[in-house]
Order: sequence, then C-alpha cells, then structure tokens
Amino acid sequence: MEFGFLVGSIVKILALLAYIYGILWVMAQPSRWVKAGGLIVAFGVVQLGLTKFGNFQILNSFDSGLLFQASAMTMVALGLNLIYGFNGQFSLGQWGFYGIGAYTAADITYRWVNGDARGLVVIAVGTILGAVILTGINKLLNKIRGVPVMSAFTLYLIGSIAAGYVAVMAGKLLFPVFQPLLGTNLEPGILATGIPLQVVFFLAVILAGVFAAEISFLLGVPVLTLGSDYFGIATLGFTIVVNVLMVNSDTILPFPEMKGGRGMVGIPKLTTWFWAFFFMIVVIVIMRNILRSSTGRAIMSVREDETAAKAMGIDIAGSKLMSFIIGSLFAGMGGAIYAHFIGFLSPGSFDFLVGFNPLIIVVFGGLGSMTGTIAASFGWLFFLEGLLRVLLGQMGTEAPTWRYVLYPLTLLLLMLIRPQGLLGTVEWGFLKAKEVLVRQKPKPASTDTPAVQA
Amino acid sequence: MENNTSSPTILKVEGLTKYFGGLGAVQNFEMVLKQGDLNGLIGPNGAGKTTVFNLITGIYVPTRGLIEFDGTSTAGREPFEITRSGIARTFQNIRLFSNLSVLDNVRIAYHPHAGYSLTDSVLRTKRFYVKEDELTEQALDFLAIFGLEGIQNELAKNLPYGQQRRVEIARALAANPKLLLLDEPAAGMNPKEIIELMDLIHFIHDRFNLTILLIEHQMRVVMGICRYITVMDFGQVIARGNPKEIQANQRVVEAYLGKGAGHAA
Repeated sequence: MEFGFLVGSIVKILALLAYIYGILWVMAQPSRWVKAGGLIVAFGVVQLGLTKFGNFQILNSFDSGLLFQASAMTMVALGLNLIYGFNGQFSLGQWGFYGIGAYTAADITYRWVNGDARGLVVIAVGTILGAVILTGINKLLNKIRGVPVMSAFTLYLIGSIAAGYVAVMAGKLLFPVFQPLLGTNLEPGILATGIPLQVVFFLAVILAGVFAAEISFLLGVPVLTLGSDYFGIATLGFTIVVNVLMVNSDTILPFPEMKGGRGMVGIPKLTTWFWAFFFMIVVIVIMRNILRSSTGRAIMSVREDETAAKAMGIDIAGSKLMSFIIGSLFAGMGGAIYAHFIGFLSPGSFDFLVGFNPLIIVVFGGLGSMTGTIAASFGWLFFLEGLLRVLLGQMGTEAPTWRYVLYPLTLLLLMLIRPQGLLGTVEWGFLKAKEVLVRQKPKPASTDTPAVQA
Repeated sequence: MENNTSSPTILKVEGLTKYFGGLGAVQNFEMVLKQGDLNGLIGPNGAGKTTVFNLITGIYVPTRGLIEFDGTSTAGREPFEITRSGIARTFQNIRLFSNLSVLDNVRIAYHPHAGYSLTDSVLRTKRFYVKEDELTEQALDFLAIFGLEGIQNELAKNLPYGQQRRVEIARALAANPKLLLLDEPAAGMNPKEIIELMDLIHFIHDRFNLTILLIEHQMRVVMGICRYITVMDFGQVIARGNPKEIQANQRVVEAYLGKGAGHAA
C-alpha cells in the first residue's frame, strides 16, 4: 500500500512536469489554431481527470485541492520571481499582497451572494479612480521634478484616500440599485447566480489584483528607495501589518463579515479548474511577454548592475516600481483564486512564516527561471502535501509533522547540489528567449571596419 | 579649445567641485569640449578623473559648479535622463550585464527609444514586432562593426576580456550619444589589442561624428589619439595642451614621477 502510494505520487509529480512541458511546448507553436487547440486539450485533460464517472475519478478531491492551490501559488511565485529573480529586489511582502487579494475578492463575492453590492461597487470605483488619480499625480510629479520621496508619497496617499472616500460614497449611492436584483442568500436574485455571478467572480479576481497592485505602488514609492536587504525587511513588516489587520478586521476595521481571527467563512466556492487554468495562463503569458521585450531587458539590467543600467538610460526607480507592481498584481490575483477555492480564509494562512513559501519555491525552481517557478509550485505542493503528508500519515497520527523535517533537508540537499535551483535559468518552449541568428544580408558597415577580429 | 574653434560647444564644465566629507576629490575643474573633439583626461591614480566622469554623468551630485551639456545644465537631472540627452560612458572596471547575452547587452541601450510601450509588448502588437526587429537589426549591425558577430547569444560573462571591452563600447554607442566618455578603455589589454583599440576609437569617432573624452593611463594611447589633453593631480587641473606640450610640461612630469626625477635620470 505504502509502496504503491509512493510510486503513484512520483508518477503524479512526473506527469505534472510533463503536463507543464506540454503546455509550454504547445504555446510555443507558431499557429494560432494549434495554440488555442492545445490549450483547450490541456485544460480538458485535467478537467476530465477531475470529473466523476460513477465511483471512478482519476484526481480525487485531495489532488484537485492541491492542483488549485498550486495554480494560485504559481501566480504568486511568478510575481515574486519577477521582483526577486529578474529585478533583484528581495521582497517578502508578496504574501501580504496575496492576502490582500484573497480578502478583497472574497469580500466582493461574499457580499454579492448575500445581497450587498457595496463590495463590488466600492472596490471597482475605488481601484479605477485610484488608478486615474495615481497616474495623474505621477505625471504631475514627473513634470515638477525634484519632489522629495516622502512628499510624493504623501500626495499619493492623499489621492488614494480621496479615491477611497468617493468610492464609499458611490457604494452608498448605487447600493439600492442592485438590491432587488441580488436577492438574499437563501433566495438569490437574477444577478447572484449563474453567468452573472461568474462575471462578478471574474471582475473580483481582476479587481483584487489591481487593488493589491495599487497598495504595492503606495508601499513601493517610499520603500523601493531602500537597498535590497532593507527593502526585504520593510516588506516583511508589511506582511506582518497586513496579517495583524486581518486578525482584527472585525474590530479595528469595519468589516464584520471577515470575522477577524476566527476566519472568514461562507465565501462562495467559485474557483473551477477553468478559472484557475485561465488566470494561470494569463499570468504566464503577461509575464513572458513583458520579460521578452525591451522592458524585460531593462528589468533584468537593474538586477545585473544598477550603475551600468543608469548609464544606459534606464530609469532604475521606475523599473523597480513597475516590476513590484506587476508582481503584486499577480499575487493579488492568486489570492483571489485561492480564496474562492478554499471557501474559508483564516489569518493564520497569511502569517509571515507561511509567506516564505513562495520564496522557497522561487529559489527551489531557479531564480530567473519562469519554468522553474511553475514546475516548483506544482512539484512542491505535491511533494510536501501530496507525498510526504499522506505517506507519513500512514505511520501514525503525529508522523506527518516529520515532513517539516524532511522537506527542509531536501531543500538543503538541493541547495548544496544545485545552488542555482532545480532548473537554473533553463526555460521550456514558450518561455524560451528567441535566439537571434546573424542575418545573411550584406553588412555595408563592416567593409571599412578596422581589423578587430576576435 | 585650441582645436575646432569654429565647432559649437557640446560640454562646458565650470568651477566643478566635489567633496567627499573633507576630501576635495575634484576642485574647480574646468573643461570645454567642442563638437567633434577627441580629448584626453590623464593624471596619476586618485587624481579624480573617474569622479569627473561620475559628475558629468550625474552619478555623483557636484558640491559646487556648473555642467552644461548641449546648452542646458545637467543639475537636478537623474543619471538616466542625462544619458538619454546624449552622454554615454564605459567603465574603468567593465560593467556588462554579465548574465545577459551579448545581444541583449547592446539592445538594452535602445530601451529609452525602443518605440513601443509596455502595452505593446504585453499584447504583442504589430508595432512590437516591427520595432523589436528593427532594434535587433541595429544592435546586430553594431556587433558587426565591432567584430563581434556570431557571439550574440553568448552570455557576456563568458567572453574574453578584450571582447568584453568592445561589447561595452558597442553598448555605449548603441545609446546613440553625442558625447562618449571612455574610462580607461585600454586597461588590461596587450600591445596588439591596444593598437586595435586605437584604430577602433579613431573609426567610431569619424563614423558616428562623436565627441570623445577619454581617461587613460597608457601614454601611448593618449598621445597617439588625443588632440588635446587635460592633466589632473589631487583633484585639480595642473596642465592643458596638445600632446607635445603635455610631454614637455614640468608639472606633469613631476606629478607622474615625483620631484627631482628629472635630475635623477
């Protein structure tokens, strides 16, 4: 039994790696139709595994749980890899943004199914208005020049508070409009079921990401001026602050539905494999498209050598801020996916200690390798929870705790054997940088070049 | 100053002073570069030459003094903005982006004028492909000029020293500068490489219609290619003139060899 399970788990992990390889391979195909078809097949294969045929199901509910968690983890970890692996800024704040995303999205849909449209309206108005105001202030400050960082930060903060105030007012005003259409929890109205609810969920994920991104902008403006190590400590502080706010969300914050330390229950479980897969692919595509462009090269040049990057005309501060914002956007979206899969949010799962998990995954998979991060997100969860927990569970009730001994040992071994991470900087298929070949056309310049042959 | 009197002034430095704590690294430095000059800045170790470069490129903020590039003061501008206005440089100890390919090193210089936005790259619009191909072509052209074709996909850190120097110069030129600052380009090169480098500097100076200011220790290089030389010692300018005048200047000889060296010889 144990042996069979061990083999089964290893087969599952290998199958997942093959699956990731397959997705990345099919996405690299030149034909649009092949790409789309391949992705549909990739989605369908897992969907089929999740479907029950009588009593038979390839992926049981435990596996599917891991699958959803892994896809949410992929999104956070990719964001962190953008910030840490590609831009070189050591952030421990991604778990805080993950938490913000989870609670924001959960609050939107929870209120929605309970006949309260304010969650959606306030967050939607707030984030959109906030984005407009923050961009406006940013443009203005670029014109004025020489404004000290803290003054700029104060301006941004005032702008955000104003946006928040308007949003709350808008919520109060528009709230009655939706009331009759939403119904109550027991008798859902026309907007609280079916496709409209799916749309609201979609919006909730996006808005949660944007909201987290805006918070990260506010945090990043003052904090990114610090050196990398200090930035790490400051962002760790941020994660702790977010966690404390979660624990006290019903007392010091006006959100009784979040129930503070007792945990938020009753979040509609809207995350299906379709949404998890969809948002994961979106994040992968966005990140790859950014990295394999001029902006991506600028981001990586900051990691390599800040002084040289400055001398090449790269806006260091802007580049750091941008990768931090995009990374936090991914974290927020990941959080939203997680919240609607698990249906229950406890501040304990957003503790800063748990917040080291994405960091471990990024280092484990290889700093600066997107493929490594994706593979490690899936492999890590299936190894830690899927394999070790169940395997050890058969040796006694307390035995699973040993996984926290075995798993750091595994990490230690890997770091000794492969300090560059599982995949180093290797990328698969779609994520590979395009190799540029020298063209065959005549080079007019080289004829009168002095003899500088290597 | 002496040469190219008819050309417009491209860089004017007046009363430039930089203190690090109580140490006057650069004091009352003055310099005028005309369009098309190929000038040298020399002096013993620690004379403040690299500090002058860092002040011109905005990496250090001057304690006092004025730097005017192309008619406008660089005061209060970020280093990247100064670069974008047309000053590019290389570094004394090569600073390539070591874990990026040679091609990417050069393509980074195109970032400020890449011609497509973040939205274009996220959505992979047609403009992205067109502009990206364009700048890749240009970068490959630069690599070809510097005899670096065929190694565009190598990581910069894997190149031999001489090639790294050339990639660094290619990268600086790709930023499309009007003024190029070279900080000890011949450091660590063998005599053959130095001759190639001198040819190369002459070539890029003519081909790209550049103004070049270079710091160098190898007198052969300085005397061989610079038309006008400024000599610094202990943060101050001690002599100016063409190579012949500088070689004959007593203070310069003293700065390099010490007082009384002439008698000893």
